Amino acid sequence: MNAVIDAVRVTHEDVGGPAQPLLSVRGLIKHFPLKRDPLSRGRGGNAVRAVDGVDFDVKKGETLGVVGESGCGKSTTARLVMQLIKQDHGELVFDGMAVGSRALALREFRRQTQMVFQDSYSSLNPRMTIEDSVAFGPLVHGSAKRDAIAVARGLLGRVGLDAQRFAGRYPHELSGGQRQRVNIARALALHPRLVILDEAVSALDKSVEAQVLNLLLDLKDDFGLTYMFISHDLNVVRYISDRVMVMYLGEVVELGPVDQVFDAPRHPYTQALLRSMPSMEPGQRTESAPLSGDPPNPIDPPSGCRFHTRCALARAACAAEAPAMTQQDGHAVRCLIHQPDSGYAASGALT
Amino acid sequence: MTQSVASLTAAAVTAPVARSPGYWSNVLRRLRRDPLALTAGGVILALIIIAILAPWITPADPFQASMLKRLRPIGTEGYPLGADELGRDMLSRLMLGARLSLFMGIVPVIAAFVVGSAIGILAGYAGGWTSTLIMRVVDVFYAFPSVLLAIALSGTLGAGIFNAILSLTIVFVPQIVRVAESVTTQVRRSDYVDAARASGASPFTIVRAHVLSNVLGPIFVYSTSLISVSMILASGLSFLGLGVRPPEPEWGLMLNTLRTAIYTQPWVAALPGVMIFITSMSFNLLSDGLRSAMEVKE
Amino acid sequence: MLSYLIRRIAYALPIMVGVALLCFLLIHLAPGDPLVSILPPDASADLQRQLMQLYGFDRPLVEQFAGWLWRALHGDLGTSIATGRPVAAEVFKAVGNTLRLACLATLLGFIVGAFLGFVGGYYRNSVMDRVASFVSVIGVSVPHYWLGMVLVIIFSTQLMWLPPTGAGPGGSGEWTADWAHFRHMILPAVTMSVIPMGIIARTVRALVAETLSQEFVVGLRARGLTDLGVFLHVVKNCAPTALAVMGLQLGYLLGGSILIETVFSWPGTGFLLNAAIFQRDLPLLQGTILVLALFFVILNLAVDILQGLFDPRIERS
Repeated sequence: MNAVIDAVRVTHEDVGGPAQPLLSVRGLIKHFPLKRDPLSRGRGGNAVRAVDGVDFDVKKGETLGVVGESGCGKSTTARLVMQLIKQDHGELVFDGMAVGSRALALREFRRQTQMVFQDSYSSLNPRMTIEDSVAFGPLVHGSAKRDAIAVARGLLGRVGLDAQRFAGRYPHELSGGQRQRVNIARALALHPRLVILDEAVSALDKSVEAQVLNLLLDLKDDFGLTYMFISHDLNVVRYISDRVMVMYLGEVVELGPVDQVFDAPRHPYTQALLRSMPSMEPGQRTESAPLSGDPPNPIDPPSGCRFHTRCALARAACAAEAPAMTQQDGHAVRCLIHQPDSGYAASGALT
Repeated sequence: MTQSVASLTAAAVTAPVARSPGYWSNVLRRLRRDPLALTAGGVILALIIIAILAPWITPADPFQASMLKRLRPIGTEGYPLGADELGRDMLSRLMLGARLSLFMGIVPVIAAFVVGSAIGILAGYAGGWTSTLIMRVVDVFYAFPSVLLAIALSGTLGAGIFNAILSLTIVFVPQIVRVAESVTTQVRRSDYVDAARASGASPFTIVRAHVLSNVLGPIFVYSTSLISVSMILASGLSFLGLGVRPPEPEWGLMLNTLRTAIYTQPWVAALPGVMIFITSMSFNLLSDGLRSAMEVKE
Repeated sequence: MLSYLIRRIAYALPIMVGVALLCFLLIHLAPGDPLVSILPPDASADLQRQLMQLYGFDRPLVEQFAGWLWRALHGDLGTSIATGRPVAAEVFKAVGNTLRLACLATLLGFIVGAFLGFVGGYYRNSVMDRVASFVSVIGVSVPHYWLGMVLVIIFSTQLMWLPPTGAGPGGSGEWTADWAHFRHMILPAVTMSVIPMGIIARTVRALVAETLSQEFVVGLRARGLTDLGVFLHVVKNCAPTALAVMGLQLGYLLGGSILIETVFSWPGTGFLLNAAIFQRDLPLLQGTILVLALFFVILNLAVDILQGLFDPRIERS
């Protein structure tokens, strides 16, 4: 088994050293145009503003958790990072090299960044045996068939699937948990440095989820990986992440070390999210709904601070002024309350 | 990396690995348990064998005319299925006719399958302007009822086997393109194709490795359902005088030349149609059986 | 709603232009000289040139197309080379005959097919279902021209109940609404109805079976809806699609009637097509195909629009 681990260990050069972030995302914007029907009455916007100006770094060797409600743009961000869809604006810098530039061609970037999707079944070609699916990546990048299959079988064993029994099987013959292990093995086959997990455990039963999470933690240590872990399940994110990023309507609203964010959340949205986690303590019953209203439309987001329509602490200034990210000991938040020279303090109530 | 992988290669690759039966062997297995489909398949196989062997196994010469023996009923001495309007043995002509009838029914579908799949997969995978352009052209062809298009094309190109096959192919290509494009678009949106793109594979590799295996199955099944239509249309063209030319035996043509005989020897005149009917029905039942076998959700 | 209508129609227009273009090009695919059928074999080059000019065959293709299309839009489809009569008049007379036949056939096919399909879908896997499935397979597998011949053999030659050919007594091309004429319609209409019957039976059966298996039907029963209520509910759900299929089948019959009309010598568009092909009467061929194809497009459009009106699931804004 150790032979496998050594063989698949990170072999790419660490270019920038430990201090340089592995991934830097700046100004990422992606709007999805709506079908323009010239005869229907215009409805304000004409595009879904899925990701609207996102900046963050992923440090080498960390796990960055990403949380938010449906429609906040976390999955779109993941696909943009993977370059499965092209961004409208913004740049990606991987270990100091711009993605797609001469220093780092897209194909090479794709060796170093891999993704595990939420739906374990649809992420696997139903007509391919799982060892062929795992071996596909190495084959594409020039490995000989025997080597690719060997790597595939080794990895399958490492994720807990006995190669002899499972390698020749088809996806429909495996359970959800087993399929997700295959997806993880497939992601590792190219020895990536960054693995994006997009709701990778959300569809699994709780007991299986725990096993897969622990597997992910082991693999991270063995292979020296960096994770970006996207989930709507706050408990899981807390368990696995080092830092966490909270997204709302296409923007990052809070970003900081996981314990700080969970124990002392700064953004009203984060506070509400955490309050909405049901507790097992009989004394801590939820009396009133922490978040009111439906999440607004990403086609026509509210003016000023996007959260002001649902925020218990909102004032008039919040509807007028869009807050910027402000940093304080590695914990950043996008809120006028924490922005020193904003109009919040002097503002009147929200009408 | 190579030396550490080498240490794995020996152990991992030579160890025997249990292989599950693939998709198509499962389909075949299910098909084998369907008695209707099996019967239909048997009939078709028998017809194909007869067609191939026909020149050697016909009891009489299919071209041997006899002015004295015209329009004999079924069961006549020496003419088990009767004699046609020129005194030729019906059984022999029906057997030899199977060649052309089957040929003209199957070949257009095969040709349309190849051409239509290629165009449809291209349209489905490329998307964008390419797809829009191709599909609009297909829509124009689709705006014609197939019989009308076949006859219009055949009528303008002129009679003859090649022209008939060409016309029918042109009629079927748009239908197959539509199915191919639809299935390919679905597959292209799936997560495993995204995963393949994320691995850095080129579009060509992705189509070859992932798209084709998932797409050709449904297109193939749809195409088999076209064979019965093709047979009826091909014979229909010959019936109108647009396909095979006399004295070649072909079931549709035989129906044409025997039309006037319905007043004197109705059952002989109806025989070629019976053959078309049986063949067409068998292809339909086989195609239905294939579709059922493929539709089972694992 | 209006925008849906406009969008559908706007979409159909380029299709119609494409169809016209295809019709036009078809004729120019034809090998050989278009005039070969009317010219005597020893015609002088001069005469040839004159006739080419007269028919416009010597001008560039684009010009010919534009001219042809312009005239067609004004109702002038040219003159038949064989008969010398205006094509438009011949075609429209024939269309009337074919429409009569096709409508009757579609109606017949729909009634029988819907009944079979309904019973089959309602009582799935019962004997009735197997019979219904079997009949529908026969419907789509039988070569209808042969079936026509067989019916003629049985009902005309052997039993002498119905006339074998023609649209009216004495082989007249005119049609009046009386029993004598109706008798002539029975055999061809029944023959023609077989294919739509098979397709409609199959479609309705699948629809009914699918509707019944949906969970909301169980919910309806749980709320005490009687069997009759469920029945009506199923009918309401399946009706739009079934009617749409019927409309499409009507279109196919219009275009594909040539084979049946040949068997029964029915003076419709198919018969006309047949004549045009064998006399290489290109204006007539062109005009007939154009009218039939356009009918089909317009029919599809009508079916689409009606479906949009009745099926609430179709996006309309």
